[in-house]
Amino acid sequence: MARQEIMTINMGPHHPSTHGVLRIILELDGEVVVNAVPDIGYLHRGVEKLSESKKYLQVLPLTDRLDYLASGSNNLAYILAVEKLLGIEVPRRAQYIRTTIAELTRIMSHLLWLGTHAADIGAVTVLMYGLREREDILDLIEEIAGTRMMPTYFRPGGVVRDMTPGFTGKIKTFLDKFDVKINEYERLLSKNRIWLRRTKNVGFISREDALSLGLSGPALRASGVDWDIRRDEPYEVYGELDFMVPVLEEGDVYARYMVRIREMRQSSRMLRQLIEGMPEGPFIERSAKFVMPDKERLEGSIEAMIHHFKLVVEGLAPPRGEVYSTIEAPKGEIGFYIVSDGSPKPYRLRIRPPSFINLQSLLTMAKGNMLADVVAIIGSLDIVLGEIDR
Amino acid sequence: MTVNLNRQGFTGGEPEKHPAVGAIRRDFASAIVEVGSSCGQVWVTVQPERALEILRSLKGDPELDLEFLSDLTAVHWPGRKGAEFEVVFQLYSISKNLRFRLKVQLEEGKEMETASGIWMTADWLEREVYDMFGIQFKGHPDPRRILNPEQFDGYPLRKEFPLRGRVRW
Repeated sequence: MARQEIMTINMGPHHPSTHGVLRIILELDGEVVVNAVPDIGYLHRGVEKLSESKKYLQVLPLTDRLDYLASGSNNLAYILAVEKLLGIEVPRRAQYIRTTIAELTRIMSHLLWLGTHAADIGAVTVLMYGLREREDILDLIEEIAGTRMMPTYFRPGGVVRDMTPGFTGKIKTFLDKFDVKINEYERLLSKNRIWLRRTKNVGFISREDALSLGLSGPALRASGVDWDIRRDEPYEVYGELDFMVPVLEEGDVYARYMVRIREMRQSSRMLRQLIEGMPEGPFIERSAKFVMPDKERLEGSIEAMIHHFKLVVEGLAPPRGEVYSTIEAPKGEIGFYIVSDGSPKPYRLRIRPPSFINLQSLLTMAKGNMLADVVAIIGSLDIVLGEIDR
Repeated sequence: MTVNLNRQGFTGGEPEKHPAVGAIRRDFASAIVEVGSSCGQVWVTVQPERALEILRSLKGDPELDLEFLSDLTAVHWPGRKGAEFEVVFQLYSISKNLRFRLKVQLEEGKEMETASGIWMTADWLEREVYDMFGIQFKGHPDPRRILNPEQFDGYPLRKEFPLRGRVRW
């Protein structure tokens, strides 16, 4: 009889496929995974504690640094929660601009996921292609927000400045290019025999387990759960857009890949509708008490000056109350639970991080698979450690 | 798979009109501590001893179908004697498109039963609550810290924990 022995090995925290500093303690029977215990917290910066000492506007840049590959989505989730607390109405143009940025962010995040996921499995070409198109989106975001990765472009009540002239035209040029390129990615992978062997029937998770584990976003939709917050609890202008929610039943790495590829096509479709229907009008609600006055008015108007001064020094103070607001981020459901005690700083700010909760399903997915498949499974979860460790 | 696209959910208004509030009033009236609402969202605070029973029934009730535990966290209220901690469950029903919040008030040092037997996702979420607030969950399969190092001293999200200058890592 063969001798059976469980071997414990350490994967990470400096393993290239862990996308940051994730350490996994793997227990192996030969090459088969018996147990996988993620060890996280290497990037813990105490964002939730820090938020309690900052004013509402100062918290905003912290949210960029959660999921730093999809900063726009985090900003949006936080801003929507604060707006619900304050009860601010947002002009339609601002909503359109925000939705546009959120969808550009989704494509950007999915492109980097696609590239790194494929590179982990060995198809390095896709990474180069993905980064090429991602660069175009980063240029677009730089043009509108001033920085590439950390836009901090949204504000309670709207966005910080209007779109530059010709911005919608540039998005259209990008989309025309992107719609062709996405076929190229698919040509490299979707029917590639090596890719299919590495992803089909690997890392399976059932519908029931996925729900119990709180999986959300593309990973949940790949297990046959038809749930997308953009469609089911529409925020901003998603309710007016015509789009489809891709759902697959297989629950394996390939299904998660396919869902995200189809989501990118849907995002492109949404972006075309958004730039088509972009309304004219104000980009921020200036009349609201909680919105910074126009910078140009500061020199000429004493009221604007006082208003500005009070907002900067005292900060905006929502009434007592609490709100839990979630949106569909590229990685899944990102939520902000804010408890306000009426002061200008959040009494408690809780972030529901999709990557943290999705990572918990690693063991369920990896059990019984080969060691080499763990890399494919981590890739298919699309995690970002900045958000897991906060 | 058939999908009902006209799921209405709860659109705000009177907290008593929320179907989950009705269900708790019907079956667990004696366990209710408080019913509240803010920003159109409704919560019910219940007694800690009966929380698990209520959560299980909310999940299993076909009328509510709150099968998804979106989030589990805590809030520290040092000023409230006898109810220093509030454990907050954010529930969601995918089929009914319904959100609901259940809260439990805990005295400092008291422990609570684990919800990880109902939702696997509660495992890490409760570890985080323990790590940050020091709330113990009875019967938890793996009661360790999760984000902070094992030998870390103190619970960072408690209000008395200083923002800076206490320990160096």
